[in-house]
Formats: sequence, structure tokens, C-alpha cells
Amino acid sequence: VGEVALLLFWPALAGYAEAAVAYAGDTVRPGRLVRYAIWGVRLGWLAQTALLVAQAADADGFPWGSWAGSLNLFVWMCVGAYLIWGCRAPFRLLGLVVMPLAALLLVLAWAAGGIGEPARSEFGDVFLALHVGLILAAFAGFTLAAALAALYLVQERRLKRRAPGVLRLRFPSLETLDTLTVRTVAVALPALTLGIGIGLARLQPEGAGFDAIMGLTLLTWVVYAGFLVLRWEAGWRGRRAAYLALAGFLLVVLVRLVLTPFLHF
Amino acid sequence: MRLLLVGTSYQRAPVELRELLAYDRDLRRQALERLAADGTEAAVLSTCNRTEVYAADPEPEALEERVYGELSSLSGLSHSELAPALYTVADEAAAVHLFRVAAGLDSMVPGEAQILGQVREAYHAAREARTAGPILHRLFRQALRVGKRVRTETAIGENPASVSSAAAELAERVFEGLAGRRILLLGAGKTADLTAANLISRGVADIVVANRSRERAVALARRFDGRAVGLDAVEEELGRADVVVASTSSQGLVLAAEQVERAMKRRRGRPIFFIDIAVPRDLDPAINDLEGCYLYDIDDLERVVAESVAGRREEAVRAEAIVSEEADGFRAWQLSLDVVPAIASLRARAESIRQAELERAEGRLASLSPSQRRAVEALTSQIVAKLLHQPTVRMKEAAAAADGVLYADAVRHLFGLGDDDPARDARQ
Repeated sequence: VGEVALLLFWPALAGYAEAAVAYAGDTVRPGRLVRYAIWGVRLGWLAQTALLVAQAADADGFPWGSWAGSLNLFVWMCVGAYLIWGCRAPFRLLGLVVMPLAALLLVLAWAAGGIGEPARSEFGDVFLALHVGLILAAFAGFTLAAALAALYLVQERRLKRRAPGVLRLRFPSLETLDTLTVRTVAVALPALTLGIGIGLARLQPEGAGFDAIMGLTLLTWVVYAGFLVLRWEAGWRGRRAAYLALAGFLLVVLVRLVLTPFLHF
Repeated sequence: MRLLLVGTSYQRAPVELRELLAYDRDLRRQALERLAADGTEAAVLSTCNRTEVYAADPEPEALEERVYGELSSLSGLSHSELAPALYTVADEAAAVHLFRVAAGLDSMVPGEAQILGQVREAYHAAREARTAGPILHRLFRQALRVGKRVRTETAIGENPASVSSAAAELAERVFEGLAGRRILLLGAGKTADLTAANLISRGVADIVVANRSRERAVALARRFDGRAVGLDAVEEELGRADVVVASTSSQGLVLAAEQVERAMKRRRGRPIFFIDIAVPRDLDPAINDLEGCYLYDIDDLERVVAESVAGRREEAVRAEAIVSEEADGFRAWQLSLDVVPAIASLRARAESIRQAELERAEGRLASLSPSQRRAVEALTSQIVAKLLHQPTVRMKEAAAAADGVLYADAVRHLFGLGDDDPARDARQ
């Protein structure tokens, strides 16, 4: 089964990479390549779904308990979230941010051994599924929010500078991007809260220590909670809100890609 | 049967002449009736930029004279006065011309959408007057299809082609739709009027007009079902407006960045889009530096329009390919018409032979029951149909090539068919 998963990795990667290239090409000649990009996303995601199913079928317990395995699952969640509404006409350009990232992280997961035989974890399956699943879902949401915020900043800059061809690219409106960023964070934050809560509840009876990753995850929670409070109470929106969403995402990157491989697994 | 187009457009005739050649609904119906009096097919396309008469008739020379006569009597100008402004195009070239017109490729602004509706209207008028025959039905239906294809398969009509529509599209890049938004108009001139009309067509609901002359403000506000305020109330209105359109004739700035900055504090970060179409400018350029404020002046908007029109020209190349593809289809269909009389004669001849043979065998078939008789009828019909199917298909295919008429002549010769009267052939 490990070999099957490895075989499925390539079409998944090819789909995501093709989508990333097609989205980039679409900015040069709008409307020509977007349909190929969408099919790349769909087929790549289907291949990755099959890959995850193959891994799950082979595993005794939760198959994505390792850092690389969880990265694999994280990519699948990000692309899945993008597929839900990102492929719609006004949001297609999100693919410019999401798909290269997805392809890159999938390669990273493969290189770190998260695609083949699933590794066993010392923790219980239910705990892992809930803790890892919820935190990864939240991080996938934050990634999408960061893509929206980045798109907002690009579009805002183009409008401010009256960039040549300002109407040529079909960006969503600033207001749409801003609202969706907030909504995505508002959905992802409760998942992160639950994921952290389950993790803490599991640790307490065992008297395990508090590591840097937990501290940074809590800081991430504080940043995104602050993001929502500032939005709803102080009317923070637009550029400031976009920068804050990106700052939160930097913490996500730090937690997921820099610290987790060394400290948490 | 030849297809003929006689007409003029903004490229050949100044507006004074186009006015003389414009048909209203009644004049068009009368012209169609006169042109079609002896069985000619006719349709008239009349817009502010063009007047074109499409006609189909076996005698193109006489037809051209008649169309010239129509246009001459409409305009009150002589043949020689009209001739330099008119173009005459026949057959496939006429079809290509109409396809290009329907696609918006012959319009002042490439890809403009209104022309497709006008082509549709010309076709409906010809149908109502019963002056559209097989040629014009096919021609106009195909032209409408070309227009639709060009608009769905290319981006020729996607970007704005006027300052007012560019302003509205830019506003839509800031806001999630314009429905229910509030506009503040500074000034009550013609340009403000046009821009407001464009924004209203996109769903803007609430309009406030601020103008030095209270009377003009009230008049414009009433036209758009809005309300009028004095210029001193502008800062307060800024707290509520989403789009500000400035077009006063003031020699100095009407709105300073500091005023906007104060208003922005009350807006809790909600963005605001400023359109300054006044010369000299009404709005402080520093407004664009404020967070959440987007300012476009007339030069910015004209640059956007110029880029957009250039983009339309690029798309026009793809549109021309669609026109060319459809023109090939029309030419093939038109050529196939040349073999239709021969096919009809062949079928009539075969049917008459079948009937004659059945009559000759009547004595031997008399003992058959009704169902057996129906079976014989069906059997003989099927034999005829199957025998003629392949030659019919081949003749239609050959018609699209240059030697189509030779095939038709060969069939007539081999089967001893007359040219026009299948019934006569059947009797022979």
C-alpha cells in the first residue's frame, strides 16, 4: 500500500503544479488557461484523496501522526478548502497563492517521508485525530485567509497606483476579499481553540512540559483572536487587517514548518 | 439567388448624411414592403452609426438600382450624391460584413454590445413584414450566432469603453457590488449625470447631489429620485457615501484631503471611491494617499479606457477568426442551394417512376389485403429513398466545392431532368 501511495503522489503533485503554472499563465492572458488550472486542482486533489485513503487503509491507527504525514493532510485540507469556493470565477486568482504553496508543501511532505508507510505514534488514535485534525483544519483556514489577505494587498496596491491594466485581471472586490478573510478566520479560530483545548487536556494528567511550539500556537491564537476583536470592536479593516492576517500566518508557518518537525513529534 | 448589401456607416458618411439615411420603424416597414413587392427578400439595419439594406434576389443589377432608389427617395439626394458614401457588397462578402457588424468588429468601439440587439431588431422587423426568405433567415440567424459566440468566446466586450463605465467598473473593484450603495455627486453637470446614470444601472440606490446652484442640484436629484444638499454639507455626507463623483466647474479644489481624513474617522475604515471628472480638478490628489480612499481623475479614467480599448482590439483578432469560420459555413450553405433544384428534380423523377410502376402493376396487386398493399408502398418508397440518399449527400458535399454545379448538371443530364419543373419531368 505504501507503494500505491507513493504512486499516487506523482499525479497529485502534477495536478497541483500544473494548476500553479496555469494560474500564473492566466495572469498574462486572462481567461485562456483558467479552466486547465481548475482541472489541475480537481484531479490533483482527487489523486491526493486516493493517496490518503490508501495510507488510511494501510495504517493501524491514525496515519498522519508524524510531522510529514500531518503536512500531507494539511495540504489536502488547504486545497479542499480552496476547492469549496476558490474555483469560482471571482476567486480564481487565489489559486496563484494557494496552488504553488500546495505543490511546495506536498513535495516537502514527500521528502520528509510523509507519503509512504504511515508512522505509528505513541499517542492514542482518537486524541491524535481530534487534536491534529482540528489544528490542521484551523491552520488550513488561516492559510486561506492569508491568501485572501495577500490578494487584497495586491489589488489594493494596484488600485491605489492606478496600475496599467487595473481592470484586466479579474480580482474579487476589495470588500469581498476583506470580508472573506474575516469569515475564514472566524471559522478557523474555533477549530484551533478546540484543538489546543484537547491537546492541553491530554497533557495535563501526564504532567508533560510546555514547549515552544505550544507557546507559539497560543500566540497564534491570540493574534487571530485579536484580529477578530479589532475587526468587530474597533472597525479594523482593509490594509491593516490584511497585514495582521499575514502576521498570524507567519506564526502558522513558524509552528508548522520550522518548530514542529523538531519539537513536537 | 444573390445576396446584396447596400449601405453606409460612420466610416463613410458624416452624421449629417447618416441622419438623412436613418429609418424609423414606419419608414423601415414601408421600405421593406416596396423592396419585397416582387418577391425580393429584404431587411434593413438602421442605427445611429449605420444604415444597411440587405436583399436577396436572382437579378442583382436590377436589385442594386432599386435599393439605390429607396435610399435616394429616403434622403432626398440623387444617385450621384449618394454614391460616394455608399458601399455595395455581394454574396459571401455581404455575409462576412453582417457577421462583423453583429460581432461589434465594425463598431466605433470594438465589441460594443448594443449592435447585436440592433441586428436582432432588424431581423425581427423583416420577419414581421414577411420580407425575410430562406437566404435572409439563414444570414441573420447566423449573424446573431456569430455575435453571441464572439461575446462568449472572447473578452472583446468585457472591459469598459467609456469614462463613465470605467468609473463604475473601478468602483466594483472596491465594493462587493454597487447595489444599495450611496453616491455623492459634487456638481450637477452633464458628465455627473452620465456617470450617475451608469452607476444607477448597476444598482446604486441612493443619490445625494451637492451643488453651488441649489436649483440644478434639486433638478438632478429629482431625476434620480435622490436628494439635494448644499456644498457646506459635503463633509457630513462623506461619512455616509460610498462613491463620490466630482464634476463642478469650480476653479479650485472643492474637497481637501483633511476634510476626507476627518470623515474617514467616522467611517470606521469603510472604503470610499472618488471619481474626479472635473477640469480643473475638484478633489485634492492627496486623498488617494489616505487609507481606504481611492481617487481616479479624468486622466486616470481615460488611460483605463484606452487600455481597455487596446485590449478589445487584441481580442478582435480572435473574433475575426470566428467570423471567418462562420462565413465558411454560410458559403457552403449558399453553394449547396445551387444543387437543390437538381436534387428536387431527381427526387420528383424517382417518385413519379415509383408511382407509375405501382399503377402499372395495379392488376397484379388487386388481390393484396390493405396491410400487404401498405407494405408494398413502404417497400418501394424505402428503395427509392435509399437509392437517392447517397447521390443527394454527395451532391450537397460537392456543392461546397467549386465543381458543385458540374455535379448538378451531370445529374440532370444522366437522368434527363429539366431545370425548374420537376412536375413536368415527372410527366415526361
